[in-house]
Amino acid sequence: MECRSSVDIFTEWDIVAARQLGRNEAKSIGFGTVDQARITTAISELARNIYLYAGKGNIKIERTYDNNQYGITIIASDEGPGIADVRKVMNDGYSTSGGLGAGMPGVRRLMDEFNVQSEQGVGTTITAVKWLR
Amino acid sequence: MPKEVEKQYKALVNRYINTKSENDLYAGQKFSRRFIEKEISPEEVIGIHKSALMELFPDAPEDFWHSFDFLIEMMIHYGLALQEHQSLIRKQEELELEMKIAEKVQNTLLKTRVPTFSDLDIGFLTVPAKQMSGDYIYFLSDDSNYASVAVADVIGKGIPAALCMSMIKFGMDNMQKQNSSPHVVLDVVNRIVEESVDDSMFISMFYGKYEVDGSVFSYASAGHEPVLLYKAASNTFIELDAKGLLLGVQPNATYEERSVVLDEGDFIAMMTDGVTETRTEDGFIDDEIIKEILTTVKDESAQKIADTVYQQLGEMQNFHLHDDFSIVIFKKGYKN
Repeated sequence: MECRSSVDIFTEWDIVAARQLGRNEAKSIGFGTVDQARITTAISELARNIYLYAGKGNIKIERTYDNNQYGITIIASDEGPGIADVRKVMNDGYSTSGGLGAGMPGVRRLMDEFNVQSEQGVGTTITAVKWLR
Repeated sequence: MPKEVEKQYKALVNRYINTKSENDLYAGQKFSRRFIEKEISPEEVIGIHKSALMELFPDAPEDFWHSFDFLIEMMIHYGLALQEHQSLIRKQEELELEMKIAEKVQNTLLKTRVPTFSDLDIGFLTVPAKQMSGDYIYFLSDDSNYASVAVADVIGKGIPAALCMSMIKFGMDNMQKQNSSPHVVLDVVNRIVEESVDDSMFISMFYGKYEVDGSVFSYASAGHEPVLLYKAASNTFIELDAKGLLLGVQPNATYEERSVVLDEGDFIAMMTDGVTETRTEDGFIDDEIIKEILTTVKDESAQKIADTVYQQLGEMQNFHLHDDFSIVIFKKGYKN
Protein backbone atom coordinates (compact mmCIF):
# COMPACT_ATOMS: atom_id res chain seq x y z
CA MET A 1 0.00 0.00 0.00
CA GLU A 2 2.29 2.65 -1.22
CA CYS A 3 -0.23 4.81 -2.90
CA ARG A 4 -3.92 5.31 -2.28
CA SER A 5 -6.52 7.55 -3.74
CA SER A 6 -10.26 7.52 -3.82
CA VAL A 7 -13.38 8.96 -5.40
CA ASP A 8 -16.77 9.35 -3.72
CA ILE A 9 -19.61 8.17 -5.88
CA PHE A 10 -22.74 10.32 -5.87
CA THR A 11 -23.53 11.01 -9.51
CA GLU A 12 -22.85 9.38 -12.83
CA TRP A 13 -20.03 11.88 -13.35
CA ASP A 14 -18.23 10.36 -10.42
CA ILE A 15 -18.16 7.06 -12.26
CA VAL A 16 -16.09 8.75 -14.96
CA ALA A 17 -13.80 10.25 -12.32
CA ALA A 18 -13.27 6.81 -10.76
CA ARG A 19 -12.50 5.35 -14.17
CA GLN A 20 -9.97 8.12 -14.86
CA LEU A 21 -8.29 7.60 -11.52
CA GLY A 22 -8.07 3.84 -12.08
CA ARG A 23 -6.77 4.18 -15.62
CA ASN A 24 -4.04 6.63 -14.62
CA GLU A 25 -2.97 4.37 -11.79
CA ALA A 26 -3.03 1.23 -13.99
CA LYS A 27 -1.00 3.02 -16.63
CA SER A 28 1.63 4.22 -14.18
CA ILE A 29 1.94 0.74 -12.65
CA GLY A 30 2.73 -0.50 -16.14
CA PHE A 31 -0.40 -2.31 -17.33
CA GLY A 32 -0.83 -2.61 -21.10
CA THR A 33 -3.70 -1.06 -23.02
CA VAL A 34 -5.91 -4.15 -22.89
CA ASP A 35 -5.48 -4.63 -19.14
CA GLN A 36 -6.03 -0.90 -18.58
CA ALA A 37 -9.34 -1.25 -20.37
CA ARG A 38 -10.25 -4.29 -18.26
CA ILE A 39 -9.39 -2.61 -14.97
CA THR A 40 -11.30 0.49 -16.00
CA THR A 41 -14.34 -1.55 -16.99
CA ALA A 42 -14.25 -3.32 -13.62
CA ILE A 43 -14.12 0.04 -11.82
CA SER A 44 -16.93 1.29 -14.01
CA GLU A 45 -19.16 -1.67 -13.15
CA LEU A 46 -18.47 -1.41 -9.43
CA ALA A 47 -19.07 2.34 -9.41
CA ARG A 48 -22.27 1.90 -11.38
CA ASN A 49 -23.54 -0.66 -8.89
CA ILE A 50 -22.95 1.84 -6.08
CA TYR A 51 -24.65 4.61 -8.04
CA LEU A 52 -27.67 2.42 -8.94
CA TYR A 53 -28.23 0.41 -5.78
CA ALA A 54 -26.59 2.12 -2.84
CA GLY A 55 -27.00 5.73 -3.97
CA LYS A 56 -23.61 6.70 -2.63
CA GLY A 57 -20.32 5.09 -1.77
CA ASN A 58 -16.63 5.16 -2.46
CA ILE A 59 -14.09 3.70 -4.86
CA LYS A 60 -10.51 3.40 -3.61
CA ILE A 61 -7.63 2.60 -5.89
CA GLU A 62 -4.47 1.18 -4.35
CA ARG A 63 -1.12 0.26 -5.78
CA THR A 64 -0.28 -3.18 -4.44
CA TYR A 65 3.01 -4.98 -4.03
CA ASP A 66 3.15 -8.55 -2.87
CA ASN A 67 5.38 -11.56 -3.59
CA ASN A 68 7.61 -9.52 -5.89
CA GLN A 69 4.56 -8.61 -7.94
CA TYR A 70 2.98 -5.26 -8.59
CA GLY A 71 -0.72 -4.96 -8.90
CA ILE A 72 -3.73 -2.73 -8.54
CA THR A 73 -6.47 -3.08 -5.93
CA ILE A 74 -9.96 -1.66 -6.28
CA ILE A 75 -12.04 -1.30 -3.13
CA ALA A 76 -15.68 -0.42 -3.70
CA SER A 77 -17.61 0.26 -0.52
CA ASP A 78 -21.06 1.53 0.25
CA GLU A 79 -23.52 1.70 3.11
CA GLY A 80 -26.40 0.61 0.95
CA PRO A 81 -28.96 -2.15 1.45
CA GLY A 82 -26.40 -4.94 1.03
CA ILE A 83 -26.70 -8.03 -1.14
CA ALA A 84 -29.25 -10.57 0.05
CA ASP A 85 -27.79 -13.54 -1.77
CA VAL A 86 -24.15 -13.11 -2.80
CA ARG A 87 -24.05 -16.54 -4.43
CA LYS A 88 -26.95 -15.58 -6.66
CA VAL A 89 -25.43 -12.35 -7.93
CA MET A 90 -22.21 -14.19 -8.72
CA ASN A 91 -24.09 -16.48 -11.09
CA ASP A 92 -23.88 -15.95 -14.83
CA GLY A 93 -27.04 -14.68 -16.36
CA TYR A 94 -28.09 -12.85 -13.20
CA SER A 95 -28.04 -9.13 -13.65
CA THR A 96 -29.98 -6.95 -11.25
CA SER A 97 -29.76 -3.89 -13.45
CA GLY A 98 -31.49 -5.76 -16.23
CA GLY A 99 -29.36 -3.83 -18.69
CA LEU A 100 -26.22 -4.91 -20.42
CA GLY A 101 -24.07 -4.63 -17.34
CA ALA A 102 -21.30 -7.17 -16.92
CA GLY A 103 -22.39 -7.56 -13.31
CA MET A 104 -20.37 -9.21 -10.60
CA PRO A 105 -19.29 -12.30 -12.58
CA GLY A 106 -17.90 -9.91 -15.20
CA VAL A 107 -15.87 -7.97 -12.65
CA ARG A 108 -14.52 -11.23 -11.28
CA ARG A 109 -13.43 -12.29 -14.75
CA LEU A 110 -11.79 -8.97 -15.53
CA MET A 111 -9.70 -9.07 -12.36
CA ASP A 112 -7.46 -11.76 -10.79
CA GLU A 113 -8.80 -11.68 -7.26
CA PHE A 114 -12.26 -10.86 -6.09
CA ASN A 115 -13.90 -10.69 -2.70
CA VAL A 116 -17.37 -9.60 -1.59
CA GLN A 117 -18.38 -8.74 1.92
CA SER A 118 -21.95 -7.77 2.35
CA GLU A 119 -24.33 -7.43 5.23
CA GLN A 120 -27.96 -6.59 4.73
CA GLY A 121 -28.82 -3.15 6.02
CA VAL A 122 -25.14 -2.37 6.67
CA GLY A 123 -23.49 -2.25 3.28
CA THR A 124 -21.19 -3.92 0.84
CA THR A 125 -17.43 -3.91 0.33
CA ILE A 126 -15.96 -5.43 -2.78
CA THR A 127 -12.22 -5.85 -3.16
CA ALA A 128 -10.69 -6.77 -6.51
CA VAL A 129 -7.03 -7.14 -7.45
CA LYS A 130 -5.25 -7.43 -10.77
CA TRP A 131 -1.57 -8.40 -10.93
CA LEU A 132 0.94 -7.10 -13.42
CA ARG A 133 2.42 -9.95 -15.40
CA MET B 1 -0.38 -13.26 -23.54
CA PRO B 2 1.72 -15.81 -25.43
CA LYS B 3 4.47 -13.98 -27.30
CA GLU B 4 4.75 -16.74 -29.89
CA VAL B 5 1.17 -16.23 -31.03
CA GLU B 6 1.78 -12.50 -31.35
CA LYS B 7 4.77 -13.09 -33.57
CA GLN B 8 2.91 -15.50 -35.78
CA TYR B 9 -0.02 -13.13 -36.03
CA LYS B 10 2.24 -10.28 -37.09
CA ALA B 11 3.82 -12.47 -39.79
CA LEU B 12 0.40 -13.50 -41.09
CA VAL B 13 -0.92 -9.94 -41.22
CA ASN B 14 2.23 -8.75 -42.94
CA ARG B 15 1.99 -11.48 -45.53
CA TYR B 16 -1.61 -10.68 -46.29
CA ILE B 17 -0.91 -6.94 -46.62
CA ASN B 18 1.73 -7.77 -49.22
CA THR B 19 -0.14 -10.47 -51.18
CA LYS B 20 -3.80 -9.65 -50.54
CA SER B 21 -4.43 -13.26 -51.49
CA GLU B 22 -7.41 -15.38 -50.51
CA ASN B 23 -4.96 -18.02 -49.42
CA ASP B 24 -3.55 -15.80 -46.68
CA LEU B 25 -7.02 -14.84 -45.55
CA TYR B 26 -7.80 -18.52 -45.25
CA ALA B 27 -4.62 -18.96 -43.19
CA GLY B 28 -5.84 -16.17 -40.92
CA GLN B 29 -9.17 -17.83 -40.47
CA LYS B 30 -7.50 -21.09 -39.49
CA PHE B 31 -5.21 -19.19 -37.15
CA SER B 32 -8.22 -17.69 -35.37
CA ARG B 33 -9.09 -21.18 -34.12
CA ARG B 34 -5.85 -21.23 -32.18
CA PHE B 35 -6.85 -17.93 -30.58
CA ILE B 36 -10.09 -19.50 -29.47
CA GLU B 37 -8.35 -22.64 -28.22
CA LYS B 38 -5.97 -20.53 -26.18
CA GLU B 39 -8.98 -18.55 -24.92
CA ILE B 40 -7.64 -15.27 -26.24
CA SER B 41 -10.45 -12.76 -25.77
CA PRO B 42 -11.69 -10.34 -28.46
CA GLU B 43 -10.07 -7.33 -26.74
CA GLU B 44 -6.77 -9.18 -26.68
CA VAL B 45 -7.05 -9.89 -30.39
CA ILE B 46 -7.39 -6.16 -31.03
CA GLY B 47 -4.43 -5.60 -28.70
CA ILE B 48 -2.33 -8.11 -30.65
CA HIS B 49 -3.42 -6.52 -33.92
CA LYS B 50 -2.47 -3.09 -32.67
CA SER B 51 1.00 -4.18 -31.55
CA ALA B 52 1.59 -5.93 -34.86
CA LEU B 53 0.64 -2.83 -36.81
CA MET B 54 2.75 -0.60 -34.59
CA GLU B 55 5.77 -2.67 -35.54
CA LEU B 56 4.84 -2.84 -39.21
CA PHE B 57 3.92 0.84 -39.56
CA PRO B 58 5.92 2.73 -36.99
CA ASP B 59 5.28 6.01 -38.79
CA ALA B 60 1.50 5.90 -38.70
CA PRO B 61 -0.12 8.95 -37.10
CA GLU B 62 -0.63 8.93 -33.33
CA ASP B 63 -4.40 9.42 -33.66
CA PHE B 64 -4.59 6.17 -35.52
CA TRP B 65 -3.27 4.23 -32.51
CA HIS B 66 -5.67 5.99 -30.17
CA SER B 67 -8.55 4.73 -32.26
CA PHE B 68 -7.40 1.19 -31.41
CA ASP B 69 -7.57 1.99 -27.71
CA PHE B 70 -11.14 3.04 -28.26
CA LEU B 71 -11.85 -0.22 -30.08
CA ILE B 72 -10.29 -2.25 -27.23
CA GLU B 73 -12.59 -0.47 -24.80
CA MET B 74 -15.49 -1.36 -27.07
CA MET B 75 -14.56 -5.03 -27.09
CA ILE B 76 -14.31 -5.62 -23.33
CA HIS B 77 -17.99 -6.44 -22.95
CA TYR B 78 -17.92 -8.68 -25.98
CA GLY B 79 -15.16 -10.60 -24.30
CA LEU B 80 -17.21 -10.90 -21.13
CA ALA B 81 -20.28 -12.00 -23.06
CA LEU B 82 -18.20 -14.69 -24.74
CA GLN B 83 -16.81 -15.93 -21.44
CA GLU B 84 -20.25 -15.98 -19.91
CA HIS B 85 -21.50 -17.94 -22.88
CA GLN B 86 -18.68 -20.47 -22.52
CA SER B 87 -19.33 -20.84 -18.83
CA LEU B 88 -23.05 -21.40 -19.47
CA ILE B 89 -22.22 -24.08 -22.02
CA ARG B 90 -20.03 -25.84 -19.47
CA LYS B 91 -22.88 -25.64 -16.98
CA GLN B 92 -25.24 -27.11 -19.52
CA GLU B 93 -22.87 -29.99 -20.13
CA GLU B 94 -22.79 -30.65 -16.39
CA LEU B 95 -26.58 -30.63 -16.29
CA GLU B 96 -26.79 -33.06 -19.16
CA LEU B 97 -24.41 -35.37 -17.38
CA GLU B 98 -26.54 -35.17 -14.25
CA MET B 99 -29.62 -35.93 -16.31
CA LYS B 100 -27.94 -39.06 -17.66
CA ILE B 101 -27.21 -40.21 -14.12
CA ALA B 102 -30.74 -39.38 -13.00
CA GLU B 103 -32.04 -41.38 -15.93
CA LYS B 104 -30.03 -44.39 -14.77
CA VAL B 105 -31.27 -43.99 -11.22
CA GLN B 106 -34.82 -43.82 -12.49
CA ASN B 107 -34.40 -46.91 -14.62
CA THR B 108 -33.27 -48.83 -11.56
CA LEU B 109 -36.20 -47.43 -9.62
CA LEU B 110 -38.63 -48.31 -12.39
CA LYS B 111 -37.59 -51.93 -12.61
CA THR B 112 -40.55 -54.19 -12.22
CA ARG B 113 -40.79 -57.91 -12.65
CA VAL B 114 -43.45 -59.17 -14.99
CA PRO B 115 -45.37 -61.93 -13.22
CA THR B 116 -45.30 -65.35 -14.84
CA PHE B 117 -48.66 -67.04 -15.07
CA SER B 118 -49.95 -70.13 -16.78
CA ASP B 119 -53.36 -68.78 -17.72
CA LEU B 120 -52.59 -65.06 -18.05
CA ASP B 121 -50.20 -63.64 -20.61
CA ILE B 122 -48.74 -60.27 -19.68
CA GLY B 123 -46.94 -57.87 -21.99
CA PHE B 124 -45.88 -54.28 -21.47
CA LEU B 125 -43.87 -51.46 -22.87
CA THR B 126 -43.00 -48.00 -21.61
CA VAL B 127 -41.09 -45.36 -23.58
CA PRO B 128 -40.26 -41.92 -22.17
CA ALA B 129 -40.78 -38.83 -24.35
CA LYS B 130 -37.79 -37.13 -22.75
CA GLN B 131 -34.94 -38.60 -20.75
CA MET B 132 -37.00 -38.98 -17.60
CA SER B 133 -40.39 -40.62 -17.59
CA GLY B 134 -43.56 -39.58 -15.79
CA ASP B 135 -45.23 -42.91 -16.52
CA TYR B 136 -45.06 -45.69 -14.04
CA ILE B 137 -45.85 -49.35 -14.47
CA TYR B 138 -45.57 -51.64 -11.50
CA PHE B 139 -46.53 -55.28 -11.11
CA LEU B 140 -47.39 -57.09 -7.92
CA SER B 141 -47.96 -60.83 -7.87
CA ASP B 142 -47.49 -64.05 -5.97
CA ASP B 143 -47.15 -65.90 -9.29
CA SER B 144 -49.93 -68.34 -8.49
CA ASN B 145 -53.13 -66.68 -7.29
CA TYR B 146 -53.14 -63.10 -8.51
CA ALA B 147 -51.37 -60.56 -10.67
CA SER B 148 -51.84 -56.84 -10.20
CA VAL B 149 -50.64 -53.88 -12.15
CA ALA B 150 -50.49 -50.17 -11.48
CA VAL B 151 -50.44 -47.86 -14.49
CA ALA B 152 -49.77 -44.31 -13.38
CA ASP B 153 -49.23 -41.12 -15.31
CA VAL B 154 -47.89 -38.01 -13.66
CA ILE B 155 -49.37 -34.97 -15.41
CA GLY B 156 -46.28 -33.27 -16.77
CA LYS B 157 -43.00 -34.63 -17.98
CA GLY B 158 -39.34 -34.60 -17.17
CA ILE B 159 -37.66 -34.26 -13.79
CA PRO B 160 -40.60 -33.03 -11.67
CA ALA B 161 -42.73 -35.90 -12.94
CA ALA B 162 -39.93 -38.38 -12.31
CA LEU B 163 -39.43 -37.19 -8.74
CA CYS B 164 -43.14 -37.43 -8.10
CA MET B 165 -43.24 -40.90 -9.55
CA SER B 166 -40.64 -42.27 -7.17
CA MET B 167 -43.05 -41.54 -4.36
CA ILE B 168 -45.73 -43.72 -5.88
CA LYS B 169 -43.18 -46.47 -6.02
CA PHE B 170 -42.66 -46.24 -2.27
CA GLY B 171 -46.41 -46.28 -1.71
CA MET B 172 -46.68 -49.38 -3.85
CA ASP B 173 -43.73 -51.07 -2.19
CA ASN B 174 -45.50 -50.72 1.13
CA MET B 175 -48.34 -52.81 -0.23
CA GLN B 176 -46.20 -55.51 -1.72
CA LYS B 177 -46.88 -58.01 1.00
CA GLN B 178 -50.61 -57.48 1.08
CA ASN B 179 -52.96 -58.78 -1.51
CA SER B 180 -54.99 -55.56 -1.42
CA SER B 181 -57.96 -54.88 -3.61
CA PRO B 182 -57.71 -52.05 -6.19
CA HIS B 183 -59.81 -49.43 -4.39
CA VAL B 184 -57.75 -49.90 -1.21
CA VAL B 185 -54.50 -49.45 -3.12
CA LEU B 186 -55.70 -46.20 -4.70
CA ASP B 187 -56.94 -45.04 -1.31
CA VAL B 188 -53.52 -45.52 0.27
CA VAL B 189 -51.53 -44.07 -2.62
CA ASN B 190 -53.87 -41.09 -2.79
CA ARG B 191 -53.20 -40.24 0.84
CA ILE B 192 -49.44 -40.52 0.37
CA VAL B 193 -49.54 -38.33 -2.71
CA GLU B 194 -51.88 -35.78 -1.16
CA GLU B 195 -49.59 -35.36 1.83
CA SER B 196 -46.30 -35.14 0.04
CA VAL B 197 -46.87 -33.67 -3.38
CA ASP B 198 -47.07 -30.09 -4.45
CA ASP B 199 -50.59 -28.90 -5.25
CA SER B 200 -49.70 -28.39 -8.88
CA MET B 201 -48.87 -32.05 -9.42
CA PHE B 202 -51.58 -34.49 -10.42
CA ILE B 203 -51.34 -38.17 -11.02
CA SER B 204 -53.77 -40.43 -12.78
CA MET B 205 -53.59 -44.09 -11.94
CA PHE B 206 -55.31 -47.27 -12.96
CA TYR B 207 -55.02 -50.31 -10.78
CA GLY B 208 -56.09 -53.71 -12.04
CA LYS B 209 -55.95 -57.07 -10.37
CA TYR B 210 -56.46 -60.45 -11.96
CA GLU B 211 -57.40 -63.39 -9.79
CA VAL B 212 -56.94 -66.91 -11.09
CA ASP B 213 -59.86 -68.07 -9.02
CA GLY B 214 -62.86 -67.25 -11.23
CA SER B 215 -60.71 -65.40 -13.83
CA VAL B 216 -61.90 -62.12 -12.36
CA PHE B 217 -60.29 -58.82 -13.24
CA SER B 218 -61.16 -56.14 -10.69
CA TYR B 219 -60.11 -52.55 -11.13
CA ALA B 220 -60.27 -49.02 -9.86
CA SER B 221 -59.26 -45.75 -11.47
CA ALA B 222 -58.01 -42.43 -10.20
CA GLY B 223 -58.98 -40.21 -13.13
CA HIS B 224 -57.13 -42.45 -15.55
CA GLU B 225 -58.05 -43.13 -19.17
CA PRO B 226 -60.65 -45.87 -19.57
CA VAL B 227 -58.96 -49.14 -20.45
CA LEU B 228 -60.05 -51.35 -23.32
CA LEU B 229 -61.38 -54.86 -22.86
CA TYR B 230 -61.44 -57.02 -25.95
CA LYS B 231 -64.07 -59.76 -25.88
CA ALA B 232 -63.04 -62.59 -28.16
CA ALA B 233 -66.49 -64.17 -28.31
CA SER B 234 -68.16 -61.10 -29.80
CA ASN B 235 -65.05 -59.53 -31.37
CA THR B 236 -65.90 -56.22 -29.67
CA PHE B 237 -64.29 -53.72 -27.33
CA ILE B 238 -65.72 -52.58 -24.05
CA GLU B 239 -64.38 -49.51 -22.20
CA LEU B 240 -63.69 -50.18 -18.55
CA ASP B 241 -63.89 -47.16 -16.31
CA ALA B 242 -64.49 -46.58 -12.62
CA LYS B 243 -65.23 -43.38 -10.75
CA GLY B 244 -62.42 -41.72 -8.84
CA LEU B 245 -60.57 -38.42 -8.58
CA LEU B 246 -56.98 -37.91 -9.69
CA LEU B 247 -54.47 -38.75 -6.96
CA GLY B 248 -53.44 -35.90 -4.72
CA VAL B 249 -56.57 -33.77 -5.10
CA GLN B 250 -58.49 -34.74 -1.96
CA PRO B 251 -57.20 -36.66 1.04
CA ASN B 252 -60.45 -38.54 1.62
CA ALA B 253 -61.34 -39.36 -1.97
CA THR B 254 -63.01 -42.72 -2.47
CA TYR B 255 -62.51 -45.02 -5.39
CA GLU B 256 -65.12 -47.17 -6.99
CA GLU B 257 -64.14 -50.75 -7.67
CA ARG B 258 -65.58 -52.85 -10.48
CA SER B 259 -64.85 -56.21 -11.97
CA VAL B 260 -65.25 -58.28 -15.11
CA VAL B 261 -64.72 -61.92 -15.91
CA LEU B 262 -62.14 -62.75 -18.58
CA ASP B 263 -62.81 -65.56 -21.00
CA GLU B 264 -60.33 -67.38 -23.19
CA GLY B 265 -58.83 -65.00 -25.77
CA ASP B 266 -60.05 -61.84 -24.02
CA PHE B 267 -57.47 -59.17 -23.30
CA ILE B 268 -57.26 -55.86 -21.52
CA ALA B 269 -55.22 -52.95 -22.86
CA MET B 270 -54.19 -50.41 -20.22
CA MET B 271 -52.57 -47.29 -21.60
CA THR B 272 -51.38 -43.85 -20.62
CA ASP B 273 -52.46 -40.75 -22.51
CA GLY B 274 -49.21 -40.79 -24.46
CA VAL B 275 -50.84 -43.66 -26.34
CA THR B 276 -54.44 -42.54 -26.56
CA GLU B 277 -53.51 -38.96 -27.33
CA THR B 278 -51.03 -39.78 -30.04
CA ARG B 279 -50.60 -36.68 -32.15
CA THR B 280 -49.94 -36.73 -35.85
CA GLU B 281 -49.71 -33.83 -38.28
CA ASP B 282 -53.49 -33.94 -38.60
CA GLY B 283 -54.09 -33.71 -34.85
CA PHE B 284 -54.98 -36.32 -32.29
CA ILE B 285 -55.70 -39.84 -33.52
CA ASP B 286 -59.13 -41.41 -33.34
CA ASP B 287 -59.75 -43.99 -30.60
CA GLU B 288 -60.88 -46.33 -33.33
CA ILE B 289 -57.35 -46.51 -34.69
CA ILE B 290 -56.10 -48.12 -31.50
CA LYS B 291 -58.96 -50.62 -31.60
CA GLU B 292 -58.17 -51.41 -35.22
CA ILE B 293 -54.53 -52.04 -34.43
CA LEU B 294 -55.46 -54.21 -31.45
CA THR B 295 -57.87 -56.23 -33.58
CA THR B 296 -55.22 -57.06 -36.16
CA VAL B 297 -53.00 -58.62 -33.50
CA LYS B 298 -55.67 -60.05 -31.20
CA ASP B 299 -54.36 -63.60 -31.63
CA GLU B 300 -50.76 -62.70 -30.90
CA SER B 301 -48.96 -62.82 -27.53
CA ALA B 302 -49.54 -60.01 -25.05
CA GLN B 303 -46.04 -58.64 -25.63
CA LYS B 304 -46.50 -58.71 -29.40
CA ILE B 305 -49.76 -56.78 -29.02
CA ALA B 306 -48.05 -54.10 -26.89
CA ASP B 307 -45.10 -53.87 -29.28
CA THR B 308 -47.33 -53.59 -32.33
CA VAL B 309 -49.35 -50.71 -30.86
CA TYR B 310 -46.14 -48.82 -30.14
CA GLN B 311 -44.68 -49.62 -33.54
CA GLN B 312 -47.72 -48.46 -35.48
CA LEU B 313 -48.60 -45.38 -33.42
CA GLY B 314 -44.91 -44.53 -33.28
CA GLU B 315 -44.65 -44.62 -37.05
CA MET B 316 -47.63 -42.27 -37.38
CA GLN B 317 -45.72 -39.60 -35.48
CA ASN B 318 -42.26 -40.53 -36.81
CA PHE B 319 -41.35 -41.78 -33.33
CA HIS B 320 -41.30 -38.20 -32.12
CA LEU B 321 -43.22 -38.82 -28.90
CA HIS B 322 -45.05 -35.87 -27.35
CA ASP B 323 -45.71 -37.68 -24.12
CA ASP B 324 -44.46 -40.74 -22.26
CA PHE B 325 -45.90 -43.83 -23.91
CA SER B 326 -46.91 -46.89 -21.87
CA ILE B 327 -49.12 -49.85 -22.53
CA VAL B 328 -49.85 -53.02 -20.55
CA ILE B 329 -51.70 -56.04 -21.92
CA PHE B 330 -53.34 -58.72 -19.76
CA LYS B 331 -54.43 -61.57 -21.98
CA LYS B 332 -56.44 -64.52 -20.81
CA GLY B 333 -55.26 -67.80 -22.24
CA TYR B 334 -52.18 -69.92 -22.62
CA LYS B 335 -49.10 -68.19 -24.01
CA ASN B 336 -48.13 -68.45 -27.63
